[in-house]
Amino acid sequence: MNIDIAFLSTWALPLVFLGPLIAAVITFVLGASAVSRFIGLLVPLGVFAVSIALVIATMDGQVVVSQIAGWPGGVAIAFVGDLFSALMLGVSSLLVFTSMVFSYAAGLGIDRWFVPAVLVMTGGVYGAYVTADLFNLFVMVEVALLPSYILMSRRGTLTALRAARLYLIVNLTASTLFLAGLGAVYGVTGTVNMAALAGLGVLPVVGVATGVVVIALSLKAALVPTHSWLPATYPYTSPAVTALFSGLLTKIGVYALVRIISLVYEPGQLVTVIVVLACVASMVIGVLGALGEGTIRGVLTFHMISQVGYILVGVVLAGAVGLAAVVFYLIHHTIVKTSLFLTGGTVEHEEGTGIIKRLGGLARAHPVASLAFLLAALSLTGIPPFSGFWAKLGVLNAAADAGSVLVFAAALIVSVGTLGSMLKLGSGVFWGTPKGMREEEDEETPSDVTVGPETVGATGVAIDVATAVEAPPVTRWRPLLVIPGLALALISLGIGLYPEWLLALSDTAGQSLSEPTAYVTAVLGGGS
Amino acid sequence: MTLAIAVGFLAAVGTWLVVRGGAVRLILGFILLGHAANLIIISAGGAFRREAPLVDGELLAENAADPLPQAFVLTAIVITFGVTVYLLSLVARTAKQSSKAEDESIGRIEGQAEEEGRSS
Repeated sequence: MNIDIAFLSTWALPLVFLGPLIAAVITFVLGASAVSRFIGLLVPLGVFAVSIALVIATMDGQVVVSQIAGWPGGVAIAFVGDLFSALMLGVSSLLVFTSMVFSYAAGLGIDRWFVPAVLVMTGGVYGAYVTADLFNLFVMVEVALLPSYILMSRRGTLTALRAARLYLIVNLTASTLFLAGLGAVYGVTGTVNMAALAGLGVLPVVGVATGVVVIALSLKAALVPTHSWLPATYPYTSPAVTALFSGLLTKIGVYALVRIISLVYEPGQLVTVIVVLACVASMVIGVLGALGEGTIRGVLTFHMISQVGYILVGVVLAGAVGLAAVVFYLIHHTIVKTSLFLTGGTVEHEEGTGIIKRLGGLARAHPVASLAFLLAALSLTGIPPFSGFWAKLGVLNAAADAGSVLVFAAALIVSVGTLGSMLKLGSGVFWGTPKGMREEEDEETPSDVTVGPETVGATGVAIDVATAVEAPPVTRWRPLLVIPGLALALISLGIGLYPEWLLALSDTAGQSLSEPTAYVTAVLGGGS
Repeated sequence: MTLAIAVGFLAAVGTWLVVRGGAVRLILGFILLGHAANLIIISAGGAFRREAPLVDGELLAENAADPLPQAFVLTAIVITFGVTVYLLSLVARTAKQSSKAEDESIGRIEGQAEEEGRSS
């Protein structure tokens, strides 16, 4: 196919960042109207189209570069589209689109802050995927985080505000650490251009300075031992916002970790051992935590921690094979996790609670949601023929290649734990006796747990109806609540049935991540 | 050396304030930590070079300050300022909400306090 590279580098790369920001201004001026909601759907579709063009342009390992303001390479801030960035752009815009549909169905669209905040947030995320400059990455992450603070606290309940406060403090800590690390990197190398840092990690000073940045990013990615903030914050906002956050914000941390570790460090350095240990700990601790949670989103949030371990372990295992597994797993995980959060959100909106004990036997009342959950849960566990099977196979393959018994065993055993907690969700929420037929064990009257969607805490108790900010009316347009989650689950099934194309793309992306010469020469070479 | 001592002092006091607890101490602590990070970046440019980096005929390369860290710090200050202001408003909002919740809590279900306790 004929893709105009010059057009892509001149317009498309800066536009994936600037486009959503401009759209955010427009939607903010328009207020909560149908037009701005429409723009909120149009922008992710546009980014998706750009990402497809980028994938086609870069699938042979080529790298598209835009040197901002036409400065020579190495001096300019570069926006770079390689295959990894292009794939991340595609999967992120896809999940933003589906989550937007869900949010509108859940009634969040009438908040005039919602669409602009999401647009700014996604602009920052897309920008983080294409930037080749560490300081620019910091700015992009902040651009993505600021609206997320607003989204986190918009619910207005005391629980949501406290969660937002913790969330803000954690991210402020990570950002401060990131800045300190940036200063150190600049101090010892004289540059913050990622391409110029390639391979410099073998020098101890650069390795340590970059290590500070890596620690800051693992805090954002919720890798053990910096994970405990995640389950304390994500479940306490609106279900749609949790889905967006899980697919976008922790994923920037994961993306940046993959990019920086694979670029800066060489295989066999001490940092690789540390990352492997942190990843294995994440897998185990995440899944054990999930078993002990009592709410749908609590279980899913702990699973995120476990899955971050699965994703990142390949970065330091087996070179190109491991990195290919990382790319595939990251894409699979983003799709499936968003699907699960959206389906869980459907249950919360329909039933008014996310507490597993108060739910049960929903398979009859919500057959489509149950189907979506079943598909996505099987995929997350890694059962063929879903995308999760190929993702886990990739990780196991990389572990076997590297001869790492620890990772191989952990990946297998944790899968059993994943299955266990998914069974807990499945039997507690979708199968079994409907809650009406069960004997009422709780003292709370049913009226406590059946309130409009936005006034219900994640823990199911109606926290404070009077103080909830602009509680939207109950929307009962069920198809649009269920379809996004189901569509993503079906995409996962589709990838699992026809995995060749994505495996081939991941292989190419992994190849160019482990041998970043094309990336480095494109960024530094001054060509565009 | 002066910069290193200043960074160490700011980071130490900032950390102490943050872990002491209490909303105001927390915010002051983060302001100090942010300053420490900013000073690290400034020191990365080499604090001994202080001349304006202007090309006037020929550049005074030895004493011209590195403008890049200054640009970094400027950006970082603005971002940290914005986030701190939001954190302040969030703290104020939470305080207002919880005093309101206390007023209304007489005779309310016990479960609520329990649930809220879990989240904080």
